[in-house]
Parts: sequence; C-alpha cells; structure tokens
Amino acid sequence: MPAVQETVEQVRAIDVDQYKYGFVTDVEMEVAPKGLNEDIVRLISAKKNEPEWMLEWRLDAFRRWQTMRDPQWARVDYPAIDFNDIHYYAAPKKNAAPKSLDEVDPAILDAYKKLGIPLREQEILAGVQTSKVAVDAVFDSVSVVTTFKEELAKAGVIFCSISEALREHPELVKKYIGSVVPVTDNYYATLNSAVFTDGSFVYIPKGVRCPMELSTYFRINEKNTGQFERTLIIAEEGSYVSYLEGCTAPQRDENQLHAAVVELIALDDAEIKYSTVQNWYPGDSEGKGGIYNFVTKRGDCRGKNSKISWTQVETGSSITWKYPSCILRGDGSRGEFYSIAVSNGRQQVDSGTKMIHLGKNTTSRIIAKGISAGRSNSTYRGLVSAHRKASNARNFTNCDSLLIGNKCGAHTVPYIESKNATAVFEHEATTSKISEEQMFYCMQRGLSAEEATALIVNGFVKDVLQQLPMEFAVEAQKLISISLEGSVG
Amino acid sequence: MLEIRNLHVQIEDKKILDGLTLTVNDGEVAAIMGPNGSGKSTLSYVIAGKPDYEVLDGEILLDGENILEMEADARAAAGVFLAFQYPLEIPGVATMTFLKAAMNAQRKARGEDELATADFMKRVRAGAEKLGIPQDMLKRGLNVGFSGGEKKRMEILQMALLEPRFCILDETDSGLDIDALKIVSEGVNALKSPDRAFLVITHYQRLLNYIVPDTVHVMAHGKIVKTGGKELALELEANGYADYKTLAA
Ligand SMILES: Nc1ncnc2c1ncn2[C@@H]1O[C@H](COP(=O)(O)OP(=O)(O)OP(=O)(O)O)[C@@H](O)[C@H]1O
Ligand SMILES: [Mg+2]
Repeated sequence: MPAVQETVEQVRAIDVDQYKYGFVTDVEMEVAPKGLNEDIVRLISAKKNEPEWMLEWRLDAFRRWQTMRDPQWARVDYPAIDFNDIHYYAAPKKNAAPKSLDEVDPAILDAYKKLGIPLREQEILAGVQTSKVAVDAVFDSVSVVTTFKEELAKAGVIFCSISEALREHPELVKKYIGSVVPVTDNYYATLNSAVFTDGSFVYIPKGVRCPMELSTYFRINEKNTGQFERTLIIAEEGSYVSYLEGCTAPQRDENQLHAAVVELIALDDAEIKYSTVQNWYPGDSEGKGGIYNFVTKRGDCRGKNSKISWTQVETGSSITWKYPSCILRGDGSRGEFYSIAVSNGRQQVDSGTKMIHLGKNTTSRIIAKGISAGRSNSTYRGLVSAHRKASNARNFTNCDSLLIGNKCGAHTVPYIESKNATAVFEHEATTSKISEEQMFYCMQRGLSAEEATALIVNGFVKDVLQQLPMEFAVEAQKLISISLEGSVG
Repeated sequence: MLEIRNLHVQIEDKKILDGLTLTVNDGEVAAIMGPNGSGKSTLSYVIAGKPDYEVLDGEILLDGENILEMEADARAAAGVFLAFQYPLEIPGVATMTFLKAAMNAQRKARGEDELATADFMKRVRAGAEKLGIPQDMLKRGLNVGFSGGEKKRMEILQMALLEPRFCILDETDSGLDIDALKIVSEGVNALKSPDRAFLVITHYQRLLNYIVPDTVHVMAHGKIVKTGGKELALELEANGYADYKTLAA
C-alpha cells in the first residue's frame, strides 16, 4: 500500500510542527484600518469598482447584521469575537489589476508554489498532474490570478474572481447572488454579504460539460485579517462542472476569522460536484491560535433532475461550523453530501448538512465520517426534511464516528422532519473506537502503530475518499494521516 | 527455537500464567491442550507481545534472545506469527491491501526491498488457491462478514505469505468443516521445515491426526502439568482433564 507507506514517511519527516503550510509570505500589502463600519463597507466596494447596486446591497446587509446575534446553538466554545479588532481588507500592493502573471508579485507566486499549487499554465502542463486544473488563487482579500481563462472561454465557461464578474457580468451576478443564501440567512452569512472581498465566479452555459476541473485556492496570509469570500456557481440546463476549493493559513497565536458564503445553482438536468479540502491552520496542541471557519454553503437544485454533490475533507481550523446543504426544488433532483471531518488537539467541529426535499421524487444521500483524536470534539448535525409536496422523497443517511484515544468526543444530532407520508428516510449511525485488539492484530502482522492507525483510518474513510476527484484523493489521504499525527499511543 | 522460563503473567490483578516453562525446538511441532480458561490464548498473546499483560517474572527467548521488551511489530518481523482464535475485522481495508502492507512492513523491518506488485499478486493468488479461498474474497474488507471457517483459512494464508519462523495456531481447527480441516492442515504441513517450529493449541485430537505433533503438553491453571508424545492426546480424548486439574491446583 504505497499511499500508506508514503503517509507514514511524510508523518515521520515532520518534527515539531505538523502543519506544513504555516509559513508567512512577506508581501507589501495595502491593509484597511481595523474596524467594521459603513465606511469600511464603502471602501471595499470602491476598491473593487463595484456597481452602485452592489454597494447598496452590502450596506443593507451591514445594517441588518447590526441587529443580529451570533448563533449559540452549535456545540463549540470560543470567546466573543471583537469584530472591531479585525482588518476587513488586505491586498498585495503590486496586484492592482495584473494583466498577466508577470505582473503578480513573485513572492506570491512562490507562496503558491510552496503550497503545491502551480499557477503558471506551462508548469501545470509540464507538472505531475495528469489532467488540467484551472485555478483561481485568492490571497487574503483578492484574487491574484485565474488560470486557463482563455481556454475555458472557448467553451463558453466563465471562470473568474467574483470582483471581476461584478464588473464584466453584473447582470448574471445580480440575478443569482443571494438567491440561495439570502442576505439575512444567518449572522455570519449576513456579515459576509456586507464585507465579502473576493471569491470565485463560475458560469457554465447550457449543455456544456466543463472541459477541466476548476478550483480555487484560498490563502490567508496577513495578520489580524478576516477572510470573507463569496463563491457563486451557476450551471445552466444540461451542463456539468466539477469544482474544488483548498485552503491554508500561516501559523499564528491569534485566532483568525474566515466566514465564507458559497451559493450553487443547478438548472434542469445540470450537475455540480463541489469538493473541499479544508486545511486552515488548526491551532497548536493546546488550542492556541487557529482559524474560526464559519461558513455557509448551500446548493439549489432549481431545475428538474438536477444534481448537486458536496464532498468535503475537513482537517483544519480550530473551530469548524459549516453545513453544506441542498435545496431539492426541482422534481427528480438529487443531493449528496460526503464528508470526512478529522479533529485532533483541541479542535472543535460542528458540521453536517441539510437536505430540504421540496420537489417530487427527490433523492438525497449523506455519508459522514468523523474521526476524533486528542482532546478534540466533533459533532455531526444534520437535517433531512420533506415538504408537503415532496412525494416519494428518499434519503439515506449514514454517519459513523471513529474515536482514537479516550479524551475526545463524538456526537450525532440528526433532525428529521417529514410532512409527506410517502417520504422514506433511513438513518444509520455508528460510533467505534480503533480497538486495542485491532491495533494488536495489525502489529502482530508487522505493521507499526502508525502504519496500523493509518490503515484502519483509511479503511474507515474509503467510501468518501472515492468521491473526490482522483487528483485530490491521494492528497486528502495524506492530509488525514498528517492531521492525526501524534494521536497514536 | 523458543524457550519460556518460569513465566508469571497477570492481567488486571488476575494471575493467569503461573510459572510456565516450555521449550520448542527447531523443526518441532508442539501441541498444547488444556481446559477452557487454563491460559492457552493468554500464553499465545504474551509470546506475540500483546500490551496490557503484566509479566511479573520469567523470560521468553527466541533463538536465545529475550523478546519480552520488543513491541509486537518487532516480534513479528523477528518471525513470530499468531493465527488468532478470533481473527479481527478491519472494515474498509481490502484483504489484498492488508496483505501487501503486512508483507512489505516486515520486509522493510528486515532491510529487504518491497515486493513488486506482480510478484506479490502471484504469491497471493497461488496461496489462496491452495487454501480454497476464492479470489473475490481478497477484494473484501479483511475478515468483514467472513464465516468462522473463512477467517481461519485467511489466518493460514497470512502465515504462508509471511513465512514466519515460529508459528502459533490458536484453535485454528474450531469452526472448520471436515474438508476445510484437511485443506488447512495440508497448508500447515506444507510449511513444515527444519528451521520453523509450530505451537498448535487445540481441544481436539482430530486435528492432530492431520498435523502430527512431536510433543503434546497439557496446560492447567497457567502452567504445563504434563508433557508426552502424540499418544498423550489420545489419552486426554479418552479420560478428559480431571486428573490434571487437581494436579495443578
Ligand atoms: N482481560 C482479562 N481480565 C481478566 N481476566 C482475563 C482477561 N483475559 C483473560 N482472562 C482470564 O484468563 C483466563 C485464561 O484465559 P485464556 O483465554 O488464556 O484461556 P484459554 O486456555 O485460551 O481458554 P479456551 O480454551 O476457552 O480458549 C480465563 O479465566 C479468562 O477469563
Ligand atoms: Mg483460547
């Protein structure tokens, strides 16, 4: 099993710090003053040359946010966030609208190279990757570059930063933004609506199968800065797209806030596959530092027979609060959620999904695997509901928790609501420990304790890893083992 | 090959092995018989290095070297193999994957190169065929949903592939049907060699008709209370353990 072998070697090579993306890039930045007020909202909008309606939209969100409270129901614990102690805009100075890669600060290109994300198209083609992947690279508050744009444009696909989309395709943005996650959906989504800085925009025209994987790579670099990204993906009738996002941040003692909103819209017969490999800095083993990952992700299966699937591998962040969901509006539409959430050290995870069945003959499937080690806590929280009109709705949910050691916790909180008698919802849940018996059995055959753990964990998450695009599955597998480093013995 | 001297072992304050002494020579097939709860499985776990057992006194020498301080994986690499009385299930890990991981881990520990995939596949296929294990089963999660007898065959396949020097078979015969008992015994007999030894734990004389022991030990209350030739097994079959139970107490 070469992947396991590799993982083990990689784990060994890491000494004190197990988070290998913790470096800081020295770039000259333009940073807005700390604090959250209408002037900051205006400044962000002005920096991005946004149309007037967008500014009004943001200001409206900001005013509403001021009347709201942060959610208290999640099983996570953290001190109150001082929203006036955060920078809401930080952009590399050299990046004032680069026309090509040559105008991008080399330090930034280097940073992405170090992260294993080649941004030069020739490097991608020459590199190890077997198939092409287009990348939108978001560095703190701005998108620094988007690759393969021209090639995609030939197929009619629009792939660019949301800021660019607001300038170049305002009618599309205006039509769809906030149509899946309303401005006042929840505290952090409303905050995001007011101050979002960048993110990706994808538009796949009718009948087009996107010719390559699309991905966005989010990097938080600047200190005391929040990242508020906004992603909008629209798949027109009969189209298909597979999209992946990755995230990392430097190692710092202070907590940093990341509050994103992702909206997906699938029209008739369209399919969107959205994968996440989330590896924000998780804090140290004592729980100092790390990213607060408070994210709202929702997909709207607006058309008949449309399909949206979320696959996530969550290994980072000190606190994760996210529930990628599907609204199954179109008759015959399908939602899927595949998740691996790994927590170690003092990490807290409260994650899950919502499958809202509105249309007839809608189906959904949830496979959630939680692995807890160290002193971490992991909660699966899921809602499956069937509307009055959702006849023959079907859901299958399976959530399994695996505990490593005795100091961690796993919880499952499923909510099921059915207003239609023909709906059938199935729910399975298990909690298991890597037993000493299993460990001994593997070691009796010659595997070391680390190898045995990696093998058992890989077996546990296999169903979900298979859902990831191939290029990323191996990477995700490594990430899981690295995150569990130090959990054995 | 293996020498156990005056072994005292307890778990959770309960004394289980009580001054056990046993020698198994190169090339020897030794059988251990004894009543339920006499400590046979415990002995096999302690030889294989299962944590949690507290060794109060005594030593276990493999080729003259004390192995008590070694971790289970190091003992495996040194050639100790235990066919479990109750093999464990490892969900999601294909049997093939597990076999390869185990073989390569041991090769690495011994400073040998990894097996080429083609060579590995050939060995596994051949071994499985001999033991009547269908190829399909190798794709399934290790031992997951396997019948009792299938699990036991899989233990012997692992033994054949790992080529250990000291093999412990803990009640490998229980759960096997009559045909399987023959097949598995043939598998074990094929592995007999002058530099390999076997410790066969069983309750039934029948197994020993197929795997013929050089010596038979009777274990009761955590120690060996009688040692003899293969005829001792026949005697036990006829008379039971009544005499030995009182002897040890
Ligand atoms: N973890 C434990 N805690 C307490 N007692 C234990 C523990 N493990 C084993 N024992 C006890 O040790 C004794 C020996 O058990 P062992 O499994 O070695 O017996 P055995 O000879 O293999 O029996 P059988 O023939 O039924 O397989 C039994 O009385 C058993 O209950
Ligand atoms: Mg036993």
